[in-house]
Amino acid sequence: MRRGIAATALVAALGVTLAACGGSDGGSNGGSKGSGELSGTVTWWDTSTVGSEDKVFKKIAEDFTKKHPKVTVKYVNVPFGEAQNKFKNAAQAGSGAPDVMRSEVAWTPEFADLGYLAPLDGTPALKNQEDFLEQAAASTKYKGKTYAVPQVIDSMGIFYNKKILKEAGVEAPASIADLKTAAAKIKEKTGKTGLYLRGDDPYWFLSFLYGEGGDLVDADKKTVTIDSEAGVKAMKTVKDLVDSKAAITDATNGWDNMQASFKDGKVAMMINGPWAVADTYTGKEFADKANLGIAPVPAGSAGQGSPQGGHNLAVYAGSKNLDASYAFTEYMSSPEVQAQIAKELSLLPTRQSVYLQKEVVTNPMIAFFKPVIDKAVERPWIPETGSLFAPLGVEYTKVLTGQTTPEQGAKAVGDNYRKLLKDWK
Amino acid sequence: MAVDTPSQSVAKAAGDVVARGPRRGTGSRRAPKRSLATHWYAWAMVAPVVIVIAVIIGYPLVRGLYLSLTDANERNVARTIGVNEIPATYEFVGLDNYTDALTGSQFLGTLGWTVVWTVSCVTLTFALGLVLANVLNRRIAGRSVYRMLLILPWAIPGFVSVFAWRFLYDERRGMLNQILSGLGMDAVPWLNDPLMAKFSVIAVNVWLGVPFMMVALLGGLQSIPGELYEAAEMDGANAWQRFRNITLPGLRSVSTTVVLLSTIWTFNMFPVIFLLTRGGPGEATQILVTQAYKFSFEISPRDFAQSSTWGVLILVLLMIFAAFYQRVLRKQGDVW
Repeated sequence: MRRGIAATALVAALGVTLAACGGSDGGSNGGSKGSGELSGTVTWWDTSTVGSEDKVFKKIAEDFTKKHPKVTVKYVNVPFGEAQNKFKNAAQAGSGAPDVMRSEVAWTPEFADLGYLAPLDGTPALKNQEDFLEQAAASTKYKGKTYAVPQVIDSMGIFYNKKILKEAGVEAPASIADLKTAAAKIKEKTGKTGLYLRGDDPYWFLSFLYGEGGDLVDADKKTVTIDSEAGVKAMKTVKDLVDSKAAITDATNGWDNMQASFKDGKVAMMINGPWAVADTYTGKEFADKANLGIAPVPAGSAGQGSPQGGHNLAVYAGSKNLDASYAFTEYMSSPEVQAQIAKELSLLPTRQSVYLQKEVVTNPMIAFFKPVIDKAVERPWIPETGSLFAPLGVEYTKVLTGQTTPEQGAKAVGDNYRKLLKDWK
Repeated sequence: MAVDTPSQSVAKAAGDVVARGPRRGTGSRRAPKRSLATHWYAWAMVAPVVIVIAVIIGYPLVRGLYLSLTDANERNVARTIGVNEIPATYEFVGLDNYTDALTGSQFLGTLGWTVVWTVSCVTLTFALGLVLANVLNRRIAGRSVYRMLLILPWAIPGFVSVFAWRFLYDERRGMLNQILSGLGMDAVPWLNDPLMAKFSVIAVNVWLGVPFMMVALLGGLQSIPGELYEAAEMDGANAWQRFRNITLPGLRSVSTTVVLLSTIWTFNMFPVIFLLTRGGPGEATQILVTQAYKFSFEISPRDFAQSSTWGVLILVLLMIFAAFYQRVLRKQGDVW
C-alpha cells in the first residue's frame, strides 16, 4: 500500500512538472489580427544609459499605450555592452527575445544576415522614408531590404570642463600635439589629469585611427587596412598619450570610471558622444550646464575624423505580435518622439524635418554635433562590421598595457580580420 | 559537466569495480527478466535520475563531441525564427579543429597560464587551509567565532563576493587604493596591469577556496587520535616532529581528496576570472574555460566548433590528470 501511494505521488509530481513546463507559453502575447485595433504586448529592449536616458525612453515608450490603449508596452533596459550577445542568445534559442530591439548600427546588418530581423519594407513601421538622413538609413539596409528604422545618429567630440581649462589657461585642443601640451599645463597648474582615454572599448580608438587617415577595412577594395602604417601610428599615438601621463585609462570598468572622473572634475577632458551628455549633466561639476564645453576630436597627422554611429529600431522576426511591433517602431521614430528625445536628452534625430524645429536646432549639443555628423566617417555596413571590434579590443588593451608593441598589435588584428573576412587582402 | 565526469571516472577506477563488479554483473545477467519483474519498483525509482543525467550531462557531452568535429558556427547552424526556418549547413571536418588548437599558439599559451593559475591557487589554498585548521584545532578563546568567520567566504554566493572584490580592486575608486592613498602610497593598478591582474585573480580565488580546505582538513585533524600526540610527547618529539610525523600522515586521505577536487575546480574556475577581468587586460588572465566561453558567446560569428574542441580538450586534460594523480598515490601505497 505504501509503495502504491509513493508511486502515485511520483507520477503526479511528474505530471505537474510537465504541465508547468508546457504552461509558460500561453497568454504572453495576444496577437491582433483582423479587427484592426492593435492589442497584446510589445517588449522593447532599450540600451540607453541607465540613470539618465532610460527614464525618458521608458516614459516615451509607455506613452504608446495612449495611442493604442489595448497594447501593453514592456520596457526592458539591457546594458549596452551585453545587449548584442543577449539578443543573439535569445533570438537563436527562439525564446525570451524582445519584439523590438534597439540595435546599434553595426549590429543591424549582422542580425539581419543571421535571419533574426523582420524585413520592414511595405509594413507600417516605415513611414515617410525619404525624411531620414541618408547616412542614418544606410545601416538599416541589407541585401536590398530594409531591416530597421534609424532611431538616433551620433558621432564623437572632445568634452571638456571649461573651468579647469580656464584655470590652466588653455584652449580646447585642436590636434593631438595640442592635447599633449594642454594636458601638461593642466597637470602643472591644477594637478589634474588632462584626458580620460577609454582603454577597454576600441570604439574610442576610432577617432585616433581616422585621424591618421587609417580605417579598419576598405570594403570596396576588399582589403584589411588596420595593420597599415596609419593603424600602427594610431596605436603609437594612444600608447604615447598614456605613457606621457597626458591621459589615464582602465582595462576594465572603463565607462563608469570615465564618467565618474569627468563628472567629479578629476580629469579635464574626455572623448565621447551625444549619448554621454545627459549623464554628464548629472555630475556635480556640471550642475551649471554651461561648464560643459565641446569641440571636435583632436586631429591626427591626416586631419580630424570621428566615427558615425547611432542606433536603429529593429523588429524580431520571431515576434508573436508583429503588427503592434511595427506600429511601435513607427511611433518611436516619428518626428514628434524624435523632437522630444532631442529636447530632453540632446540626442540627434534621424529625420531631416526634425532639424527644422527651433527647439532642436538651438540645443547647443545638437547644434555642435549636426555638422560633425555630416563629415563623420561611415563604416561599411557589412555583416562582419559587428565582428570587427572584439579582436581589435583585445589588441588595443594589450598595446595600452604594454603587453605587445603597436606594430605587433596592429598586425595581430589584421591577421584576425583576414580570417574573419575570407579572401580579403 | 567537465567537473563531474572525471571524478566519476576516478571513483570507478578506484577499485570499486574490481572488488564488487563481477558479482553484481553475473547476478543480473543470469535472469534479466526476473530481475525486471521483481525490481521494477527500483528501476522506476532510478529512472528519473538516469533520464535527467542523460539529458543534462549525456546529451551535451555527445553533442559537444560531435560539434568539435564540424565547422559549426553561428551562421551555419539550424535556427527557427518565427516563420523563417534556416537549415544547418555546417560540415564534418574530422580532426581539423584539434590539429589547429594543438599546433596554434593560443591554446598552448592559455594552457600555460591555466596551469600556473591552478598550481598556485591549489598550493596556496592548501597551505593556508592547513595552517588555519591547525590553529583552530587548538583550544583557543573564541574558537567557534573564528571558525564561523573563516567559513563566511564560502557561505556567500561566489558571484557576490567576486563583485565585491571587483569594487575593492577598482583603480580609481576602489577601497584598496583609497586606503593606500590615505597611507600616502601610489595607487596600484590591481586589474589594469597584466602581471598585477594575475596576482589579483589568484588572491581572490585563494580567499574563496580557503574555507573549504580548512573545513575539510579540520575534520581530518579531529579524526587523528589524541593518544598519538601524547605518546609522541612522552618520547620527546618536538612540535615540528609531531606535525611532520603524525599530523601530515594522518591527514593524507583527506588531503589527497581535497587536492584533487580543488585542482579540478580551480582549473575550471569560470566565475572568478570572468567576473573580475573577463580574461583581460588583453588576454592576460584568460584560462581555458573562459576562452572557450568567449569563442561560443562573445566573439561573432560565434565559433561553436572551436569552443567545443576546447571543451573536449579540457575534459581530456582533467581525466589524464586524475588518472595520473591516482596512479602516483597508489604507487606510494595509498589504498584510496
